[in-house]
Amino acid sequence: MGQIFSPTTNTLAKLSIYGAVVVPLGILFGGSAISRSPYNTNVGVTLNQPIPFSHKHHANELGIDCRYCHTSVEKTAFAGVPPTHTCMSCHSQIWTNSPILEPLRQSWRSNEPLIWNRVNKLPEFVYFNHSIHIARGISCNQCHGAIQKMQVTSKGFAFSMKWCLDCHREPEKYLYSDEAHPNMTPQDQALSLYKKIQSGVELTPREEALKEGLPYQATAAEIEKGKELVAKLKVKKEQLADCWTCHR
Amino acid sequence: MNRESKERIEEQLNGKPLWRSLDELADKPEFHQYLQDEFPLQAKAWLGKMDRRSFIRYATGTLALAGLAGGCRWRPQEKIVPYVKQPEDEVLGVPVSFATACTSRGPAIGILATSHENRPTKIEGNPGHPASLGGTDAITQASLYDLYDPDRSQYIRNLGEISSWDSCIFAIREMLLKQRENGGANVRILSGTIYSPTLHQQKQALLKMLPQAKWIQYEPVTRDMARQGAVIAFGQDVQPVYHFDKADRIVSLDSDFLMSMPGSVRYAKDFADRRRVREDMTEMNRLYSVASWPTVTSANADHHLAVKPSDVEGFALALASAVGVSAQGSLPASVPRGWFDAMVADLKANGSRSLVVPGLHQSPVVHAAAHAINQALGSQAVTYIEPIEAAPTDQMKDLAGLVEDMKGKRVEMLLILGANPVYNAPADLNFKEYLSNVLFKVHLGNYVDETAGECIWHIPETHYLENWSDAKAFDGTVSIVQPLVEPLYAGKSVHEFIAAMMGEPKLGYDIIRGYWQSQEQIGASEEKWTIALNEGLVAGTASPAKQVTANPRLQPEASGAKGMQILFLPDATIWDGRFSNNAWLQELPKPLTTLTWDNAAMIAPATAKDLKLDQNDLVNITFQGRTIKMPIWIQPGMPADTVCLHLGFGRTAAGALGNEVGFDTYALRTSQAPSYSPGVTIAKAGGIHQLVATQNHHAVSGSETMDGRDVVRSGLIDEYKKNPKFLNPPKDEEPDALFEKPKDYQEYDGYKWGMVIDTSACIGCGACVTACQSENNIPIVGKSQVQNGREMHWIRIDRYFAGGEDQPDTLFQPMTCMQCENAPCEPVCPVGATVHSHEGLNQMVYNRCIGTRYCSNNCPYKVRRFNFYKFSAGQPDLDPGNYDYPSLQLMANPDVTVRGRGVMEKCTYCVQRISAARIEAKKAGRDVKDGEIVTACQQACPAKAIAFGNIADAKSEVAKQKRQPHNYTLLDNLLTVPRTSYLAKLTNPNPEIKS
Repeated sequence: MGQIFSPTTNTLAKLSIYGAVVVPLGILFGGSAISRSPYNTNVGVTLNQPIPFSHKHHANELGIDCRYCHTSVEKTAFAGVPPTHTCMSCHSQIWTNSPILEPLRQSWRSNEPLIWNRVNKLPEFVYFNHSIHIARGISCNQCHGAIQKMQVTSKGFAFSMKWCLDCHREPEKYLYSDEAHPNMTPQDQALSLYKKIQSGVELTPREEALKEGLPYQATAAEIEKGKELVAKLKVKKEQLADCWTCHR
Repeated sequence: MNRESKERIEEQLNGKPLWRSLDELADKPEFHQYLQDEFPLQAKAWLGKMDRRSFIRYATGTLALAGLAGGCRWRPQEKIVPYVKQPEDEVLGVPVSFATACTSRGPAIGILATSHENRPTKIEGNPGHPASLGGTDAITQASLYDLYDPDRSQYIRNLGEISSWDSCIFAIREMLLKQRENGGANVRILSGTIYSPTLHQQKQALLKMLPQAKWIQYEPVTRDMARQGAVIAFGQDVQPVYHFDKADRIVSLDSDFLMSMPGSVRYAKDFADRRRVREDMTEMNRLYSVASWPTVTSANADHHLAVKPSDVEGFALALASAVGVSAQGSLPASVPRGWFDAMVADLKANGSRSLVVPGLHQSPVVHAAAHAINQALGSQAVTYIEPIEAAPTDQMKDLAGLVEDMKGKRVEMLLILGANPVYNAPADLNFKEYLSNVLFKVHLGNYVDETAGECIWHIPETHYLENWSDAKAFDGTVSIVQPLVEPLYAGKSVHEFIAAMMGEPKLGYDIIRGYWQSQEQIGASEEKWTIALNEGLVAGTASPAKQVTANPRLQPEASGAKGMQILFLPDATIWDGRFSNNAWLQELPKPLTTLTWDNAAMIAPATAKDLKLDQNDLVNITFQGRTIKMPIWIQPGMPADTVCLHLGFGRTAAGALGNEVGFDTYALRTSQAPSYSPGVTIAKAGGIHQLVATQNHHAVSGSETMDGRDVVRSGLIDEYKKNPKFLNPPKDEEPDALFEKPKDYQEYDGYKWGMVIDTSACIGCGACVTACQSENNIPIVGKSQVQNGREMHWIRIDRYFAGGEDQPDTLFQPMTCMQCENAPCEPVCPVGATVHSHEGLNQMVYNRCIGTRYCSNNCPYKVRRFNFYKFSAGQPDLDPGNYDYPSLQLMANPDVTVRGRGVMEKCTYCVQRISAARIEAKKAGRDVKDGEIVTACQQACPAKAIAFGNIADAKSEVAKQKRQPHNYTLLDNLLTVPRTSYLAKLTNPNPEIKS
């Protein structure tokens, strides 16, 4: 009686046994890698904008305060996107013939707004408030990445829920007080980080990470100080991680 | 069933059984089946043609194919569109409130209208306005919906075709100039009642230009009879203003002063202030009610009698002669002599602190008698002012005169300003028929309604949130109505229309400012004008009290007729029909009946037995030769031999929602009998019309109703004085705990949110329900879904009856999510979609919810609501009225998620308001202050029966109320530890009267 299975079947059988383990794992890891990659999250991906506005130039090289344009960042949930009028406060005087600013002048003449492509977007079910984060001294870069280095603005971090909860569960790892300026309010500390970067003074490792838009692991000593700060600011950690703090 | 506990409740209620519907009282098997079904009739919910097997087949295929599409997402790129020039004071994301006044029902109610990025999103009461004192009614809350109603008139129409303002005003001017040749003798203008001083001035100017023209005011619900009564009593027309804060003893003569009179919102607060029993405040007022139809006023009375409409007159006359006014009339047989004598003695003993309030639909004699009685008692609780109508007239007579003129072809030009007489004029006038005799007819109105359809020209009228105007409140105080938004459509206000018609086109602002320029209260002062706009009222405009002396000749008018009587009343929610297309009001259960989306012929249980009629039976009602067919609703507390018909339904051109809802009762109403009359016959017509009421929905405690659970506690103030804890007796049974021990959040040291609802103060009007609907983007579901028990209201008002079916006591209990500390809904959720917050809120996370509905099943209070369809986006039998319509999207509160299909939702204690206040407090480095967070229901409540705040703060109002001896939680034997508690209802009946 001839053999039913040829010798290659042995190899196939082994392959399918290993494959049964490896292939699903590969799909899982691959899928998760894709989902966390910029392909999906758009982190670092620039978008076409009507005007290639540079935060690097305006915020870092010229040193314009964030609040000059994002006027309501300390007051309300929305940071605010500047009206054409704000841009024209300078650009009616300088670079008045620049071709890349033509859409701006067009908007000003025709009274039609500029239409920007949105870079940072939270899911609809998240109610985020800028003002309270600034009030607690959370730097813009903490969420938006190295904004002062961006020629064209792109997403700094993927806004995943876990990423938000890292801080909402353990704020002591993220809250800090600038030892060089101990009397500064958390709000001023957050917004004056850029002045510090421009001045070229030496930065702490944490500030260096913020400057580069990189994640930072707080040291044990920093966490202790963070805990003191949490107590001083009367931050209720339990409440921070309640669902209805952000979702409702 | 726990018999002992049940007996205890019944003992508290003087042995009266507690029930919610006649089916329950009769203990019908259908009723028990209804309660067994968590969501009744859900088996019939499948609307598609697919059977279950094919469904599973397709579902499996979909799941398999989903893998192919799973990795790819094409999310649309969102845009950011900033201003070109941002207004200087505009901060995006921060809502702004403007003081203005709601004029939807006529007299002004001062409101603060909230605007999110220039779209009005919420209406709240103005605490500084005398007609509001911070509260509103359901109609005011729902008037926001009218602004965004997709069915609003959007174009100027000429014979139904879209036209332009220029050609319209040209045509009107041309006609007007022609008519001017004979002084306007053939011109008539018909409007609603005028409460606006500016409109009155414009009217005078117009009549100066056309001296022979006539301006008629007509609304179906008028104060014609109150006016005639004042003339009988005082020889002149004056209007009473009541001061319930000064009244210890009140007699309501068929009056619904808590809900449907001008000033009701204010009256409810003043009345409730005298019933808010606390440990240190045990003196209550006492209300006697004689009513021909159970209203929230009679439901809140300490003594109530149901009598036929015509008997109220006899009662009033007998009361008048008992207090020393010369009057003829004898006490009707339906009023027990002992009851009456005890009441009279009580009134006399309290003298100047007594008050008698006549109902607007009662006959002139009743009004005259009430004035005379108040004077004889020396009542300090009523003052008289000039009528707040700019030109009070006998509206019914004027309308009849207009129809006479139309009949005689003496009318060539008719301008109808905001009125809808083709629908709501009395049937005997045949308004529609004679309207065709008029050649040039112009209609200005919010909707292309029945009247617009008969007119040559139709012009869309602006909503009060879109225009400048002014209006008087119940006490004469004038509010400036300021717009929050440009007219959404090509609308014109009545002021702009008249100005343009007279050849002086002006903007609304200039007209109103121009009028007040000439008035001494404001004049040229920009400062005073700004203050008036900011405060929401013009200071010093409240009408001064007039000294008048009543000297009436009181003779009975109503024939003490035997047999059936017919009674016409405005509807509790849609009023005279002007709100027919308002989805929020149509779906709001009416206070006493809990009916939605319908009206019916209301009769007493005894009458139903006599006539062998059952609920929903269609009957022919014949009155003065006209017959209509409508269903029967058997209402406990109705007087026998009376049929009560509510106006405002059965419309044919209200809009997609309001058309063909209910039955047109104007078809029976005549100019001779606009209120009540004998001579009506009811005959069974065969067939039924399914009425939908919510009274049996969401029974607390699930499987069995009230059995063994003292959910509604009520008792006498005299008992309370002896033992304040008498409604909180020590438990004689072991608690039936759902959980063993409290959780960690109960030791949390931050805020603990809690609520107390004072059932002594709650009048049961439903303002909170509509306020919640507006604040929390709650969709409507339509009649067929309400029938399935799927209404989405997060707060409902449970109404219980106690006692026999003829004259039961009524108890109201608003029910929200109790935010239990040991919430039974939480452990049964398989996906953790409902979990507890540390501040004590039972959180519902929509994105996690997969729709098992276990939580709702396990909720003993039945306060969770499930989206069986995408109600927010319309659904099969009810498309308009939901948030997918472009205009209605503007209405949504941006701080609250609009929920999709398949998720559970429930009261959140307005967590968006908590979050906003908490963030502001954190930024300022302080704690949230007591009173800083006001929930939508609490804000709207005219009686201020709801308190909310941090119970961890012993000084907060809510903590103080929770320490009251009559504070109790529902189903406390389950140890769910609800954060919402109730103050038991206390009543103050006359000890001399035995019920």
